[in-house]
Amino acid sequence: MREISYSDALREALQEEMSRDSEVLLIGEDIGTYGGAFGVTRGLLDRFGPDRVVETPISEGGFVGMAVGASLLGARPVVEIMFMDFMTLVVDPLVNQAAKLHYVYGEQAACPLVVRTPSGGGRSYGPTHSQVFEAWFAHTPGLKVVAPSTPADAKGLMKAAIRDNNPVLFVEHKMLYPTRGPVPGRGSRPIPIGKARIARRGTDVTIIAWSWLALEAEAAADALAVDGIDAEVIDMRTLSPLDMETVIESVQRTGRLVIADEAPRSGGVSADIGVRVFEQVFDYLDGPIRRVTTPDVPVPASPVLEQAALPNRERIAAAAAELCGAY
Amino acid sequence: MLVIRLFEEKVEDLFTRGLVKGTAHPAIGQEAIAVGICSKLRKGDYVTSTHRGHGHFIAQGGDPNRIMAELFGKETGYSRGRGGSQVMADFSIGFLGANGITGGSIALASGAALALKNKAKRGIVACFFGDGATNQGSFHEALNMAAIWSLPVVYVCENNMYAMSMRATDSVSIESLATRADAYGFPGVSIDGNDLTAVQDAMHTACKRARAGDGPTLLECCTYRMSGHSRGDQRAYRSRAEETAWKKRDPIRATRKQLIADGELTAEQDREIRREVRAAVSTAITFAKRSPEPDPATLNDGVFA
Repeated sequence: MREISYSDALREALQEEMSRDSEVLLIGEDIGTYGGAFGVTRGLLDRFGPDRVVETPISEGGFVGMAVGASLLGARPVVEIMFMDFMTLVVDPLVNQAAKLHYVYGEQAACPLVVRTPSGGGRSYGPTHSQVFEAWFAHTPGLKVVAPSTPADAKGLMKAAIRDNNPVLFVEHKMLYPTRGPVPGRGSRPIPIGKARIARRGTDVTIIAWSWLALEAEAAADALAVDGIDAEVIDMRTLSPLDMETVIESVQRTGRLVIADEAPRSGGVSADIGVRVFEQVFDYLDGPIRRVTTPDVPVPASPVLEQAALPNRERIAAAAAELCGAY
Repeated sequence: MLVIRLFEEKVEDLFTRGLVKGTAHPAIGQEAIAVGICSKLRKGDYVTSTHRGHGHFIAQGGDPNRIMAELFGKETGYSRGRGGSQVMADFSIGFLGANGITGGSIALASGAALALKNKAKRGIVACFFGDGATNQGSFHEALNMAAIWSLPVVYVCENNMYAMSMRATDSVSIESLATRADAYGFPGVSIDGNDLTAVQDAMHTACKRARAGDGPTLLECCTYRMSGHSRGDQRAYRSRAEETAWKKRDPIRATRKQLIADGELTAEQDREIRREVRAAVSTAITFAKRSPEPDPATLNDGVFA
C-alpha cells in the first residue's frame, strides 16, 4: 500500500467526506489559502469554495458555538482549533451546549460536529502551545474523544468522526503530522470510534498509549525485546468511550500494565484507565500499575526542560523493564 | 401575552410553595417583546432563547402543558425532565432552545443562520438575550461574524435594566446597548420593549433586512423585569418606587387599553379571554401534576445520538 503522511491522510479524509456529503464544511482560522497552521486543509478552499471552507476571525468560542448551531440544522462542521491550548476558549459551547443537546432534546437534536486540534509538546512551543487537554473532554458525558497515532487510523477515524451524529474531539499530536505510513485510498472505510488497536502482540507486559506516545511505546517495545521482554502495545485510539474490553483482555494475559500519557499526572486519562483495570481485574495483576506521564508542571519552552518533562520511549521502556523485574 | 403573564405568575407561586423544585426565571413584564418578535416569524424561521425563556417558547407556539410538565420534572415535559426551566426546545416549531448559560445561545443562533444562508434557505433566526449577555465575549464574537458574513439573524436584546442584580447602566459606559451594533457595522435600534406595536414594527424592518440577505440587526428592547430575577430574589438592589413606576407601564395593560381604544376588544371579550387563559394555565398544572415521573432506569439513555 502507498505511504503518505498523517497530514495527507487527514486531508484525504476531509476531501473524501466533503465530496461524499455536501453538509460537511470546514470552519476555522487560516484554513483557506494558508491551509491551516499545520497545512492539513491546504488546497481545500480552491476545491470546495468559501461556503464549505469558512475562514473565521480569531474568535474560537464564537465559531465553535456557531458550528454547534449550524449542526442543529443538519450541517456537519469540522472545526479546526489551531492549538489544543486554545480549547480553553471553547469549553462552553462544547461542554454546556454540544455535549448535552441530544440527552436533553432527544431525537429532534443531534450535533454532528468534529473539532480537530493539534496537541502536545516536543517542538519547544512553550507552555501555551504544547498542552494535552484530552482528560477535560473525556470527562464530559456526551463528547467523544479520539487521538489516533497512525496515518491510516487518522484517515479512518476522521471519516468515522465526520459521520458520527455526536460531537467528537479529534486530537492530532503535532509531532505526528510528518510521520508516514500505509493508508488506504479513495473510498476507504471509516474506523469505528471506541475501538483500541493492538499495535504489537506480546506476553510479558501491556503498554497502553495513544497519539504520539503510541509510537514511542512501540519503540520502547523494540528496545525491551532486545532485553528479552515481550511487550504488548495497545494504541487506545479513542479516549472516550474507552475500549476497556481490549485493555482488560490484554492485562489478563500479561499481568503487568504500563500506561503512557503525555498529560500531567493528576486527574488524567492514565489514572482513569489504571483504576478501571484495578476495579475489574485486580486479581490478574502481578505488580503495581506503572504510569509514565508528564509531572504536574506546565510544559516549558527550553528543549532541555521540555525533554525533562515529557514522557518518551526510554521512560516507557524503563517503567516496563522495572515492572518485569529487569533493571 | 396574557398566557405568558398568567403562566409565569403561576410558576412563581408554584416555586414559592415548593411544589416545583430547582429554579426558574419569570419574564413578567417582558411579554410584549416575546410576542412582538415571534409574531413576525414564519415557518422555516428559528428562535433561540435564554434562561428566562418560558415566554419566548409560549410566544413561538410551545405547548404550556409540556413546558409546565418540564418544570415539574415530568416525563411529558419537553426535555422529559432532563432539562428543567432553562433547557427545553421544540425544533418542529423552530424553537432551538432556551439556554442556561448567559449569552450561550448567541453563537448558536448565528451558526443556525450560517447554515440557513449556506443552504440558500429563506429562513431567519431571532436570537433573544438580555442586557447582561451583551457583556459576554460570545456576543461580540458572534455579532462580528454575523456582520462579515451578512447572516440572516435578528439579535433581540431584552434590556430589562438588571443583569440579576447589576444595573445595566453600571455595567456599560454607553447610553444605549443598540449602539454596540455600530462596532460591527450593522443597524442597532433602541425601542420601547413594552410597546407591542413598536416591537412589531422594528422586527418587521429587521426581518426584511435579514430576508433580503442584507445581514443582521440589533434590536434593543427596553423593558422591566417586574418580578425578581429568580426564586428567592428579595430585590434589594432596586427601589419599590421604581417598581411602581414601571407597573404603570405594564405592557399587557397598555396593549389592552390600546385594543379597547381601537375598538378591537370589548371589556366582555377581555374578561372572556382572561377566563380562558386562566383555565388553560390550570389545565397545564393539572397535566403536569398528573404526568408520570421519568423512569430512573432510563437515566443513562440518550447521552449519545
